[in-house]
Amino acid sequence: MVYLTRRYRFAAAHRLHSDALSEKENHSVYGKCNNPYGHGHNYVLEVTVAGPVDPATGTVMDLGLMDGTVEREVLERFDHKHLNLDVETFRNLVPTTENLCIEIYKLLRTKLEASNGARSTRLQRVRLEETNSNFFEYEGP
Amino acid sequence: MVYLTRRAEFSASHYYHNPEMTPEENRSIFGKSNNPHGHGHNYTLDVTVVGDVDPRTGMILDLKDLKKLLEAEVLRLMDHRFLNKEVPVFAHKIPTTENIAIEIWNLLASKLQVAKLHRIRLYESPDLYVDYYGE
Repeated sequence: MVYLTRRYRFAAAHRLHSDALSEKENHSVYGKCNNPYGHGHNYVLEVTVAGPVDPATGTVMDLGLMDGTVEREVLERFDHKHLNLDVETFRNLVPTTENLCIEIYKLLRTKLEASNGARSTRLQRVRLEETNSNFFEYEGP
Repeated sequence: MVYLTRRAEFSASHYYHNPEMTPEENRSIFGKSNNPHGHGHNYTLDVTVVGDVDPRTGMILDLKDLKKLLEAEVLRLMDHRFLNKEVPVFAHKIPTTENIAIEIWNLLASKLQVAKLHRIRLYESPDLYVDYYGE
């Protein structure tokens, strides 16, 4: 079993605000991230797949298929977007990096595994860096 | 139990080709990596060992020994080499990052005396790496 990790980048804006909280609570929980105009990050996304090495190709996953899937499912959806306003999922879900990490895992899991045909490579982990100092990891429920 | 990681760097060239496939299949699967003249990478190797801290030294192993082992077993074999042509195991096995990581594990695992090999992490570039835990 080999674990292969590929790194991608996208830039997006968001605002952390929960309708379930009062204005004061929002300000106290999210601080400057509650700014109604939003703010942005350069996100760094690491996608890890795990599987046996195919003896014919020496690889666990076709990198072109992996790049294509991440491009279509994640980068096109989030890059240079305002997550709260441009992405359906985040109309009613706070686009924290935790929720974004889970959403990316859900978007990729079946698509990545299906794009790899009969091979048993699976999505192992999604790791999302919001800044150099903050990152989040999700390995499924 | 403490995990210690030592980093080493090497540069090598390689190309991807499976002689059992047609030239068209090779080009379609491996793309520009199929160029028979080879191309190169600066690899970064993170070797993680695991062991108990020796109460006399406060260390799990002597770092000099690990550094020498990496030089003798891995760097001497692969640094500034054309992997397909100069490293015997890759005469019949495609030197993908996956296979290089497994080979480095095989070279090191039995040679470590005090601490146990835990993980080989091999970066082909800052945006692509492979982890192997020995199984």
